[in-house]
Amino acid sequence: MKKIIMTTLLLSSLAQAETVFVTLEKDNALAVVDPVEGKLIKTVNIGQRPRGIALSRDQKHLYIATSDDDTIKIVDANTLSVVGQLPSGEDPETFALNPLGDTLYVSNEDDNLVTVINIPKALALKKIPVGVEPEGIAVSPDNKWLISASETTNMIHWIDTESLTNIHNTLVDPRPRAANFTSDSQQLWVTSEIAGTLMILDSNTKDIIKNIPLEISGVSKDKIQPVGVVIDKARRWGYVAMGPANRVAVINAQTFEVEKYLLVGERVWNLAFSPDQKRLYTTNGRSSDISIIDLEKHKVVKSVKVGRFPWGVAVKP
Amino acid sequence: MNRFKYVIIGITRFFLVLFCLNWLNIVVAADKLTINIAYLTQEKKVPASLSNLDPFITDKGLQGAALAIKDNNTTGQFTGQKYILKQVIVPLGADVNQAFNKIAAEGNQFVVVNLSAKQLAPIAISGKDKPMLLFDVATRDDLLRQNQCHSNVLHMLPSRAMRADALAQYMLKKRWQKWFLVVGTTKQDQLFAEAIKRSAKRFGSKIIAEKSWDHSHDARRTAQSEVPVFTQGVDYDVLVVADEQGWFGEYLSYRTWKPRPVIGTQGLVPTSWHRTHEQWGAVQIQNRFKEQAGRWMEEEDYGAYLAIRAIGEAATRLQSAEVKVIKEYLLSDQLALQGYKGRSLSFRPWNGQLRQPVLLAAARSLVSVAPLEGFLHPKTELDTLGFDQPETQCK
Repeated sequence: MKKIIMTTLLLSSLAQAETVFVTLEKDNALAVVDPVEGKLIKTVNIGQRPRGIALSRDQKHLYIATSDDDTIKIVDANTLSVVGQLPSGEDPETFALNPLGDTLYVSNEDDNLVTVINIPKALALKKIPVGVEPEGIAVSPDNKWLISASETTNMIHWIDTESLTNIHNTLVDPRPRAANFTSDSQQLWVTSEIAGTLMILDSNTKDIIKNIPLEISGVSKDKIQPVGVVIDKARRWGYVAMGPANRVAVINAQTFEVEKYLLVGERVWNLAFSPDQKRLYTTNGRSSDISIIDLEKHKVVKSVKVGRFPWGVAVKP
Repeated sequence: MNRFKYVIIGITRFFLVLFCLNWLNIVVAADKLTINIAYLTQEKKVPASLSNLDPFITDKGLQGAALAIKDNNTTGQFTGQKYILKQVIVPLGADVNQAFNKIAAEGNQFVVVNLSAKQLAPIAISGKDKPMLLFDVATRDDLLRQNQCHSNVLHMLPSRAMRADALAQYMLKKRWQKWFLVVGTTKQDQLFAEAIKRSAKRFGSKIIAEKSWDHSHDARRTAQSEVPVFTQGVDYDVLVVADEQGWFGEYLSYRTWKPRPVIGTQGLVPTSWHRTHEQWGAVQIQNRFKEQAGRWMEEEDYGAYLAIRAIGEAATRLQSAEVKVIKEYLLSDQLALQGYKGRSLSFRPWNGQLRQPVLLAAARSLVSVAPLEGFLHPKTELDTLGFDQPETQCK
């Protein structure tokens, strides 16, 4: 039985390639890209200023934060029609989905809150007070921790997902932007926009165990503003989008050495893996495109024009 | 039945007690470490203005301080500090020194000072031997930073030298190297003109002509005819104006004999904050500020905001409210203050000046941010603006 399922999966993945969805902040639209062909398939209107995006665990829906509509829209991943919305609170930008796929956590930057939303009921369950200007948000794969990064007060809040209370605060480098857990939930990787660093936190002690400065010779320090960060399942490589430095940093997740910097489009913001983790997709805000990185060779293989100010990216197998 | 009732009451009581304990806990946590910050300013006379477009703002600085207190307390609820702002607004004509002495006698250690350079100097001297740290959020005088050197004062706003250097870098980049300097009649105008001359020398530009605008005409009626004559006969790239009160500078643009840009105190201006600034998260604080104050954030607000945020940042990192340790931390290279300008900010230990990028702004657009790319420095490019360590006369 298992074998049959695997074969079917394999067949289907061969038969139809994955689809990449990109939110276009300035076009109020969603771009649909075939990454294997390297083609923009279509663009659909989605709402005012779409930014954060995620695929539901059953892969049927996309959640898209339309910031200027003050809501998170539920979009059918096949037909791309809006089928519902979630009460996100004001100006939703980034959010995180829990591993079960039934809860969504949203940063409300202007109100210093994180809103907890039950997806099946489309209900805001709780608003958790956090530091000033919360942005980066992540849930550990073991569903134990919800973390929120407050940009102005330079803190990572460790929120227990069961009691929804803040348990611990870690002071980090100035203006923490994005954060992500390793697949084993043991580490949290956090980027600092102002210090230009990547910090590795231990999930047990909640302390910074490594602070990696990201420096590129010939690029002025104030252009190095790390944002999105992802780590592969095997914890072999981590990748950091470096904003106006127009590069993605490739970091050895075992030694924490920076292996290389890959030149991508302008103002690279967010990152997403292909389901097989053989490719990485980057959204490049200023050059209106996405870059496709081959992760076996660590080379940028293609860029695809998608529309004005690509912001978030999600991939459907 | 009765027994059952008692059990229920018992349980309810138990939870009530639990609830109260919990509540107590919160209260205890809330006043762990209280940090008092005084804010000293004086009422100002409404100045004569060129136009009625900009209203006179009475709470410049105070609103920035209030926002920072709010932000600090949001942080403090997690890290165990509480910040209290004490406002001291001295009436017009009353003595600010007396007010300061009272603040000192009450045991305040952190004082945000929104006063002129002339008022600040005696206060700094009288506070010298006290365990106090003053945050100057209003002055731009080089004299305070370069000659008087009060070691108990941190200057939050860019000095005139920093502002002039920011303009000079931009003009050099544009290859506008022949400057025509127009100077008003006030003391402040002279000081800004001096800073401009220093920058010209520093960046290798030339002041081709210098003229003083002496207000002998009714500018409102005759600007159209006065300015062309005033600027005639000089071969220059850019008109640099020194008019800090805004008495005539706005009249220069579009009226010069030759079509030349205006830069300085009007036209393209160097500033620590501007309503057109949106990068590096600035739009968020602009929104938060506007919601609180009902107006745009001014430089004094930004200075006061940063001063109180700096105290908060130090208190959180050090878990201390002691003025001596906080001062040491603020002047060390450990401080990385977030100021919505894309770089971490810190203080120059030799004169207490906050290192910061200077915005170059036109009325409705942000033109550039200094230090500009290509102006290099062995330690930090931010020190290409203003008096650098080797030039300092402070001991």
